[in-house]
Amino acid sequence: MAAPMLRLCCPGRRWALACIDGCSRHRRGAPNGCTSSRRRGQSSVAQQPFITAQKPRKGEHEWAAVVGLEIHAQISSKSKLFSGSQVHFAAPPNSLVSFFDASLPGTLPVLNRRCVEAAVMTGLALNCRINKKSLFDRKHYFYADLPAGYQITQQRLPIAVNGSLVYSFCAGKNRSQVINKTARVKQIQLEQDSGKSLHDDLRSQTLIDLNRAGVGLLEVVLEPDMSCGEEAATAVRELQLILQALGTSQANMAEGQLRVDANISVHHPGEPLGVRTEVKNLNSARFLAKAIDYEIQRQINELENGGEILNETRSFDSKLGCTIPMRDKEGKQDYRFMPEPNLPPLLLYDTESLPAGADPQQVIDIDRIREQLPELPSVTREKLVQQYGMLPEHSFTLLNEVGLLEFFQNVMKETRAEPKKVTSWVLNTLLGFLKQQNLAVSESPVTPSALAELLNLLDRKAISSSAAKQTDCILHSHQQCVKLLVSPHPRRLLLLSVFLIADILVGVK
Amino acid sequence: LGSDTGGSTRNPAAHCGLVGLKPSYGLVSRHGLIPLVNSMDVPGILTRCVDDAAIVLGVLAGHDPKDSTTIQDPVKPFVLPSLTDVSKLCIGIPKEYLTPELSSEVRSLWSKAANLFESEGAKVIEVSLPHTSYSIVCYHVLCTSEVASNMARFDGLEYGHRCDIDVSTEAMYAATRREGFNDVVRGRILSGNFFLLKENYENYFVKAQKVRRLIANDFVTVFNSGVDVLLTPTTLSEAVPYTEFIKEDNRTRSAQDDIFTQAANMAGLPAVSVPMALSNQGLPIGLQFIGRAFCDQELLTIAKWFEKQVQFPVIQLQELMDDCSSVFENEKLASVSLKQ
Repeated sequence: MAAPMLRLCCPGRRWALACIDGCSRHRRGAPNGCTSSRRRGQSSVAQQPFITAQKPRKGEHEWAAVVGLEIHAQISSKSKLFSGSQVHFAAPPNSLVSFFDASLPGTLPVLNRRCVEAAVMTGLALNCRINKKSLFDRKHYFYADLPAGYQITQQRLPIAVNGSLVYSFCAGKNRSQVINKTARVKQIQLEQDSGKSLHDDLRSQTLIDLNRAGVGLLEVVLEPDMSCGEEAATAVRELQLILQALGTSQANMAEGQLRVDANISVHHPGEPLGVRTEVKNLNSARFLAKAIDYEIQRQINELENGGEILNETRSFDSKLGCTIPMRDKEGKQDYRFMPEPNLPPLLLYDTESLPAGADPQQVIDIDRIREQLPELPSVTREKLVQQYGMLPEHSFTLLNEVGLLEFFQNVMKETRAEPKKVTSWVLNTLLGFLKQQNLAVSESPVTPSALAELLNLLDRKAISSSAAKQTDCILHSHQQCVKLLVSPHPRRLLLLSVFLIADILVGVK
Repeated sequence: LGSDTGGSTRNPAAHCGLVGLKPSYGLVSRHGLIPLVNSMDVPGILTRCVDDAAIVLGVLAGHDPKDSTTIQDPVKPFVLPSLTDVSKLCIGIPKEYLTPELSSEVRSLWSKAANLFESEGAKVIEVSLPHTSYSIVCYHVLCTSEVASNMARFDGLEYGHRCDIDVSTEAMYAATRREGFNDVVRGRILSGNFFLLKENYENYFVKAQKVRRLIANDFVTVFNSGVDVLLTPTTLSEAVPYTEFIKEDNRTRSAQDDIFTQAANMAGLPAVSVPMALSNQGLPIGLQFIGRAFCDQELLTIAKWFEKQVQFPVIQLQELMDDCSSVFENEKLASVSLKQ
C-alpha cells in the first residue's frame, strides 16, 4: 500500500483530546488548547512530510484521521441490472420482481446495456481507466433480502479503476478561500442491489420487499484521502452533482439512491494507519459529516483511554448522534468470492479496436461515450466564473442548491441587469429568504421572470433598491402591480408595497 | 430431456440401452435448467436412436438471449447424412482410458468397436490425454464449489420446503436446509464452501481451474493432430445391482460412474453414448464418442453409422407390453396402445 499522505483537513484543524471541561466534540475550526493529564511522546518515525499550521502546544496530542468511502449509487435505468423488471421508487411491495430477482432456479442473468454505459460515463467523468475487459463475481452471504444467497458484483476486475474526484470547499473567515482537494477513486464496479427488509419487532417478524433486489448499483470506492466529516461530505456532494449532471444516477439520498459507507481510522502523524472501523449506510447528507466526526472522536477517546479499536462494523444512530456496533456483523465474514459462471467477460471497445461490421446494438464504444459526455459541474462552475465574472464560491453555491442554477440562468435570460447584481440578488436576497422560510428553490413564490422584471425596474432606476427588496417576495402573482410600481409617486408606491406585503404574508401562511 | 453435468445423461443411457447425447456447452440454452454446475451443465437428450437425437438437437440448439453463455449464431434444424464410407475418418483411442477397473466385457466391446472402424477403412490410432488422471479430482473440486454456490438460494423463503422454526431467520435457514437437503448434497455444499474460503481459494479452486485448462488443451491437441472423434467406454461396467451399489459411499460411486464422461463436461465438448450390445447378464452396454466443440452434427453422423453397424437389440415396446400382460394375466392393467 502506498505510504499514507498526511493531509490537513480544514486548515488549522487538528484533532485534540476531548477537553476536560467538556467542550463540544463536533465543533469545527481550530480547537481551543486543552490541558491533558498526560503527555504521550511523539513517535520518532516521521518519514512523510508533516504539515502543521501551528506548533504542537505542550500537552496537546496530535491525531490524524483518515476517511475512505464506499459510495453506492443506484443507476438511473428503466430495468434492473440483470433482469427485465422495472425500477421504480415506492412501488407496492414485491410488484417489480421477476423470476430471476426471486432467484428461481433455472433463471439466468442478462446484462443491461444502459447500466454498462452509465458505468463507463461515470468512470470517464472521474478520470478513470476504463477496463476493456472486466469480470463478474459472486459474493456469498446469507441474508433474507438476498434471495440467491449471493450478490453479483465485480471483485477481481472492475469496469473502471484509478481515477480521481476533485472537490472544493470554501474556508477562511468569510468562506472566501476556495480549497481544491482530490480523493483518489480506487475503482468503480457494477453490482446488484439487495432487497429491503423491514423489521417488525412487535410481531417478531421481518417483512421482505424484493422490489429493489437486482437494481443496478455503481459502487465508487474512494481511497482514504479524506480526513474529516466535512471533507467526506463535500466529496460526496460533488459526486452527487457529477452523477446528476451525467444522468447516470439521480443520487437522491432521501430516496435511497445514494448510500455511503465510511472507513475510518485514526493515527498519530508519522505512524502507520490505525485499525479501521466501517460505519455503514449513511443515508443522509446531514448525518454523514456528523457520524464521521463522531466516530473519529470516539476512536481518539478510546485510544487515549488505553483502549483499542476493533475492526468492526458500526451504524449511526441519528437520534443519539453516535455510532453503535452492528450486532449481525460480528466476526470476520468470508464472502467466498467465485467467478460468476453465467456471465462471460464484459468486453468494451474503442474506435481503434471496434471489430469491423460489429452490430452497434451489441458493442459499446468508449470513445463514442466520451464524446457525448454532458458538461461536468466543475466546467459549469468555471464557465459561470468566466462568463459572469462571479466569485468562485458563488458558483459553488449556485450548483449546490437544487434548482438554483436553473433559476439564475432563467433570470439572466430575461434581464438586462448586470450579472453581478443578479448573482447578488439570487444568492443573497432570494436564497436568504428561501432559507428563512425553509423553502426549496422549486417552492419559491418568486418566479425567475418576476425577479427578472424587478431587476429591470431597478436597473432603470424606476424603483429604489429597498422598495424592490420588499416587493421582491410578492411579485409572483402580482404582475400587474409591477406596472403600478413604475408610477412616479413614491407614496403610492410605498402604500402599494405595504398592501402587497400584507397580502403575501397572509397567502404564504 | 435430462441434464448432463458429469455424465448424468450418457451414463443412464448406456445402462438402459438408449442414445444419450451431451451437446457442446453453449449450443443449447440452459435457461430453465435447474443449475448444478453452471460452467458444465447442459440439457441432455435421451432417445431410442441417433436420428431422433439429431431432430431434438436441431430444435433446441442456437442462441438464446436469456442465456448469456450460448453462442451468438442461430442453428437450423438438420438431417443426418447416412454415411457409407468411413475411410476418411480418423478415430482416436485415448490410452489413459484403459484402466484396471474397466470390466472385461466393456473392454472387449471397446476393442471390437475399434476393429469395426478399422476393418471398414477408417484410421484408428492410439492417442494420449496426459492429464486424464487428474480430471476426476479436479471435477470434484469445481463441481462442489459451484454446487455450494447454486444451493445457497434454497433457504425456504421464496419457494420450496420451509420448516416450522421461527426463532430467528438463521435458525430457520439452518433447519430448512438440514431437512431439505440429503447428506450427499450437504456434503457437497460443505466441501464446496471449504474450497471457496479465502485461505483455500488459490490452492483448490484456482488450481482446479488451471488443471481444467490443461485437460481442455489435451483434447485440442488431439483434435488438431487430425483425429475426428474419440472412441471410449461410457461406463466401467454394466449396471450394478442396488445391493452391490450401496456397498460403496456416494463419493466413491460418483467417481467411478463419471470417470469416462466428466472430461467432456470439463472441456465443453459434445459427447454421445450409443448402445452397442447386451452383456452376459443381458444388460445394455454403450460406448461413447467425443467430438470437436460445436461439431455435434459430425459427431452424430459417425454415431449413426456405428449404430447401424452394431444393430443393438432395441426394445420394441409392443413386445414388452405383450410380455408384461402375459405375466400379470389376472390383474387389471391400464391398456395403452403403443403402436409406433
